[in-house]
Amino acid sequence: MGRYRDDAGALKRLIEDQRVHRDVYTDAEVFQLEMERLWSRTWIYVGHASQVPNPGDFITLDIAAQPVITVRHTDNNIRVLLNRCAHKGTKVVYDATGNTGKTFRCPYHAWTYRTDGSLLHVPLPEGYASTVQRNGLTQVKSETHRGFVFARLAKDGIGFRDYFGDSLSSIDNLADRSPEGELEIAGGCLRYLHNCNWKMFVENLNDTMHPMIAHASSAGTAKRLWAGKLAELPKPMAIEQIAPFANDYKFFDDMGVRVYAHGHSFSGVNFSIHSSYSSVPEYEAAMKQAYGEERARAILGTVRHNTVYYPSLTIKGAIQSIRVARPLAADRTLIESWTFRLKGAPDALLQRTVTYNRLINSPMSVVGHDDLHCYRSIQEGLAAQGNEWVNLQRNFDSKEIEQQEITANGTSDISMRNQFRAWREFMLP
Amino acid sequence: MTPWGPTDTDLARFVRREARLIDERRFDEWYELFADDGYYWVPAAPGQADPLNHNSLAYEDKLLLQLRVERLKSPLAYSQKPASRCLHVLQEPEVEKRDDASGEYLTRTPFIYTESRGDESQRYAAVAWHTLVPLQERLRIRLKRVDILNCDAALPSIQLFL
Repeated sequence: MGRYRDDAGALKRLIEDQRVHRDVYTDAEVFQLEMERLWSRTWIYVGHASQVPNPGDFITLDIAAQPVITVRHTDNNIRVLLNRCAHKGTKVVYDATGNTGKTFRCPYHAWTYRTDGSLLHVPLPEGYASTVQRNGLTQVKSETHRGFVFARLAKDGIGFRDYFGDSLSSIDNLADRSPEGELEIAGGCLRYLHNCNWKMFVENLNDTMHPMIAHASSAGTAKRLWAGKLAELPKPMAIEQIAPFANDYKFFDDMGVRVYAHGHSFSGVNFSIHSSYSSVPEYEAAMKQAYGEERARAILGTVRHNTVYYPSLTIKGAIQSIRVARPLAADRTLIESWTFRLKGAPDALLQRTVTYNRLINSPMSVVGHDDLHCYRSIQEGLAAQGNEWVNLQRNFDSKEIEQQEITANGTSDISMRNQFRAWREFMLP
Repeated sequence: MTPWGPTDTDLARFVRREARLIDERRFDEWYELFADDGYYWVPAAPGQADPLNHNSLAYEDKLLLQLRVERLKSPLAYSQKPASRCLHVLQEPEVEKRDDASGEYLTRTPFIYTESRGDESQRYAAVAWHTLVPLQERLRIRLKRVDILNCDAALPSIQLFL
């Protein structure tokens, strides 16, 4: 019998209005329940349509500790299948990406499935006659929004639109930034192993009280180095991108944060660390051409910082990159960082996001090193007795509890409290 | 004037010294080994050809290398408490290309790299490709490319220089 599995009250008591119990970050049973409940009942990012442009194209990944395949079926629709042969359990495909043609054929006994998961063929079928049901690959619910594919493992549950609501405006802004309104994953992926709980990473993205402290040695040094150079030199892209991490409290407070029901949020309601990048005239001209001056200005004037599509996906529309959380254990998380080409935009935009991704999200990033050090340090520090609680109280207002959509000052902890309200909603039996 | 042509021994000695400066944390001297237009590149995909339109683990010009070197001196570099240590164990560098006329040389050096911090350590097999140019009768790095065998794996923080 589990402490939390069989005791909804105990699970509920982990989350208070302004603080959460450390077990949400450290307890193996809570992690297991997160995979079975929160990560199975909500909509999890499983890839981008541009990764599977043609019928038979697939990618494989794990969500909620289960192997899945995102594949484009012969009818041109994208399906999400559990990667487990109905026979003995072999993964029917093992490569991270590829084209399987019209079928998946299990490498062990050649059970063969169509790309919608239905069983097409088994060798010597008469031997399997009526005694046991012959199933296909389990298909799970999936939805695609502007190319972003999400899946919900639980058979029944909240609908896609109800789950994300108006938070989808950040994905829309990212896609709208292409003069053709379409995105394409480009430039590969950075895979950074975090030795911490997945929530520390997700919470950090709208935590604006940390950059000026944790990143003083990288962003602060970048600012200082550049201050010593000749004023007439053009500011390098890397300095433009790193230095704003050292901006002051007022900057981050004025940025603003907005939260939505079910744990979603974004910071940078008014502006963000991406607002002062050098313009790319050729791109801006293409945008005006495509959308008209006013609409182009509105799209490019929406410069959000991080949007969290709780719990799995975080996006940076203004710099066309995404970070995907893949929990591995209570204290281990894989963070995948992907970049997009904006269709119809010059290569300079792809080069800008690739530069940003390398500087901030690489296992060799001096910005990432200090973040990860802090997360790991929390993971170890929480073992201390005497205080079992993690503080989320900054700018708490009891009226926020019943509201669906709230805009607050940028340094508020409201995004974290909002995430844990969703956590409680989806974790109870 | 005949350009100065380093011997294979000169090139190999340079590559060995370059690794030693990192291992001994003599980062300021190491930084000076790079030409003004020099780059340090660690691709994120096997055989990666393009550092600009494809993600890399690192692709740093001298300004970004200086940022790294200066940061390592900062008391606010929390991920360096405790500090990392590293050791390169090199195979003998081979001269892959020698162009005395244009003054450009390419060496290939397989190596094992260990980086430790506190009780943890990580180890990589890699190949370093040094594109070297003579400037004022001294060799300088135009490009150091490091191909890590498992560069596309999920990797933890790598904090020093392979």
